[in-house]
Amino acid sequence: MDAIKTMDLTKQYKDVTAVDHLNLTIRQGELFSLLGVNGAGKTTTIKMLSCLSAPTSGDALVGGSSIVSDALKVKSLIGVSPQETAVAPNLSVKENLELMCGIHGFARDKRLAKVDELSRQLDLNSVLSKRAGKLSGGWQRRVSIAMALISEPAILFLDEPTLGLDVIARSELWDVIRALKGKITIILTTHYMEEAEALSDRIGIMKSGRLLMTGTAGELMAHAGTDRFEDAFISIVKEAQA
Amino acid sequence: MRTFLFAKRCAKEILRDPLNMMFGLGFPIVLLLLLSAIQANIPVPLFTIEKLAPGLSVFGLSFMTLFSATLVARDRESAFLQRLYTTPLRPVDYILGYMLPLLPIAVAQSGVCYLAAMLLGLPASIHILHALWTLLPIAAFYIALGLLCGSVFNVKQVGGICGALLTNLSAWLSGIWFDLDLVGGAFAKVAYALPFVHGVEAQRAVVGGDLAGAWPHLLPVIGYAAVILAGAVVLFLRQMKKQ
Repeated sequence: MDAIKTMDLTKQYKDVTAVDHLNLTIRQGELFSLLGVNGAGKTTTIKMLSCLSAPTSGDALVGGSSIVSDALKVKSLIGVSPQETAVAPNLSVKENLELMCGIHGFARDKRLAKVDELSRQLDLNSVLSKRAGKLSGGWQRRVSIAMALISEPAILFLDEPTLGLDVIARSELWDVIRALKGKITIILTTHYMEEAEALSDRIGIMKSGRLLMTGTAGELMAHAGTDRFEDAFISIVKEAQA
Repeated sequence: MRTFLFAKRCAKEILRDPLNMMFGLGFPIVLLLLLSAIQANIPVPLFTIEKLAPGLSVFGLSFMTLFSATLVARDRESAFLQRLYTTPLRPVDYILGYMLPLLPIAVAQSGVCYLAAMLLGLPASIHILHALWTLLPIAAFYIALGLLCGSVFNVKQVGGICGALLTNLSAWLSGIWFDLDLVGGAFAKVAYALPFVHGVEAQRAVVGGDLAGAWPHLLPVIGYAAVILAGAVVLFLRQMKKQ
């Protein structure tokens, strides 16, 4: 079954087309990366798919439900970790997780179990009592992902999860994301080539709101006739410009 | 339940910020002590403790605007609100969640101010308790104004507009520091058309034991609070939709 299927999904801001008739299918359990330079339309796509922004035209089915006509159902299926860290800075990590549990209506027992489970899964035990706003960028991203996983989503959106992180923090976060692979469908946006190549089952390359090509890293390199993924990306983007 | 959870989180965010505590509680008390010291040396009718304490109690509420505006603007900027928009929280949960925790904080702030005033000679009476509950509509006005500003401006703008401009407006147009009738003319007309002076006069009347005399001043404040709250809800929902 498809986790996500977009049908001519379009977002127009005045005279700028941020996403242009996007047709994309993402399979269940897949880690799919949307790769593109700044302004490619990746974040706008995520915002539409997570019902934060209404499409100008077109539609998408997320877990079989329409983002246009059944947003509440879609929201119950997804978790979102936005590009910014999106944590409550003066609350401890534990309080942040408990807040999300409460908002999703978990009873006390389930709340405790969930916080414990996610703390172990994302290795948060050492920072549970620390204020989220005092943590480093890498830890805040980890907390942000944990908060997105509270609702036990079938589909997780990670918008530029490693943006601005140092190489060690990025590598650690990759391990976290790899550990989630296969358990849920993950849609990740990035403009780091090596991130898309290292983590993804399939990659979609976007430019100026249009989806240029999808495939595995190997397929994209084979299409471009290169043995480096970065060269393949540049070749595909330049080919579209020509 | 969700409203309560979100309100609890908002209260923690505000109360755990030492700057908030310093300005919210400390600043009105420092002013009270300073002006009482001046009053002890050069008596000014406007600065008697019976007039000064209600004035500073209302002036302190301008910090509630700053607190609520900063919290909403920061939640917008950090995408924390964006995250919450993908959860089952409803618009009413956000509005009440931001507003409700600030009401007891405002009453506590005012209570501390009156307590300090009692140590400086304000007679302890039931009128002080009446002053605390009649403060609620005035506090609601200031808090709603913060929600409105936070829905429109970013954190930096909020600092300038609510932290500097509004506190000055609230000071100059409230009749706390000088008698508005002494200035008279258009200045006094503008001041009496706005809610700040009415909030102060209402508190002064209550502290002076004239509860009935407070209502003509409370009614315009309640009117302003209702209009500002309606505007805040519209603007909050608009920015929510824009997300």
